[in-house]
Amino acid sequence: MNLTLILFVILAAVAVASAAGLLISRNTVYAALFLVLNFATVAVFYLLLGAPFIALAQVTIYAGAIMVLFLFVIMLLGADKLPPGKFLPWQRPTAIVLTGILLAEAGFLLFQRLQLSATLANPEASVNATETIRALGLALFNQYLLPFEVTSVLLLVAMVGVIVLTKKVKGEPG
Amino acid sequence: MAQTIPLSWYLAISAALFAMGALGVLIRRNPLIIFMSVELMLNAANLAFVAFARSFDVLTGQIFVFFVMTVSAAEVAVGLALIIIIFRNKHSIDVDLLNSLKG
Repeated sequence: MNLTLILFVILAAVAVASAAGLLISRNTVYAALFLVLNFATVAVFYLLLGAPFIALAQVTIYAGAIMVLFLFVIMLLGADKLPPGKFLPWQRPTAIVLTGILLAEAGFLLFQRLQLSATLANPEASVNATETIRALGLALFNQYLLPFEVTSVLLLVAMVGVIVLTKKVKGEPG
Repeated sequence: MAQTIPLSWYLAISAALFAMGALGVLIRRNPLIIFMSVELMLNAANLAFVAFARSFDVLTGQIFVFFVMTVSAAEVAVGLALIIIIFRNKHSIDVDLLNSLKG
């Protein structure tokens, strides 16, 4: 019991710290690596929540594919360090105040409205990894077959769109 | 194992990550970092989905997370292509330079 608690607290600290690192790091490559760390932490959260398939998908899709794409573009553009620009004087304080309001709202809803289900509703349900993944696959390919197929169309459209967008028109400079 | 952690703790982490993502979108100038902050927010929402799915013992939350991941992969691909085009046209990706629509 205590082991899970300690693991959760450490993971939470790492997740929040890596998100903060993403916010404050000047170098974009470091920011991307902080985000990879954050994604990995969230993947362990998924494992704790008994969602092994989602955890692995998180590692492969987010920490793998998406972040490689990010790093590739960062290095392609040579944009790892932007010169510090002029800030609107009120922008940063306003942003921090607005975010504080958002967080306070979330906390309020969490502790006022969610008292009923403050604990995991079905704590006795044993999490069997194989069974979860089997049930997930069955649901995905029976009940959610149409959304799944539409997803493939979406990915195809995104792929074609990216190719069309970045294709150089003949005669265009650069 | 995971049963000892209350649902509200996961939701609190999710809320904190979402707020930090929103802060990143608001205060950073680099569109790449803004994009990463958007990913952070999507991730926070995914965490809440999985926590609720576990709490109510249904799989629908996990399936929705799967779809969110797919859509965000598509979104990142298109967004990064747009950033590359902006870089080609402006030779910089500072979002402050994108003020052509300003009267």
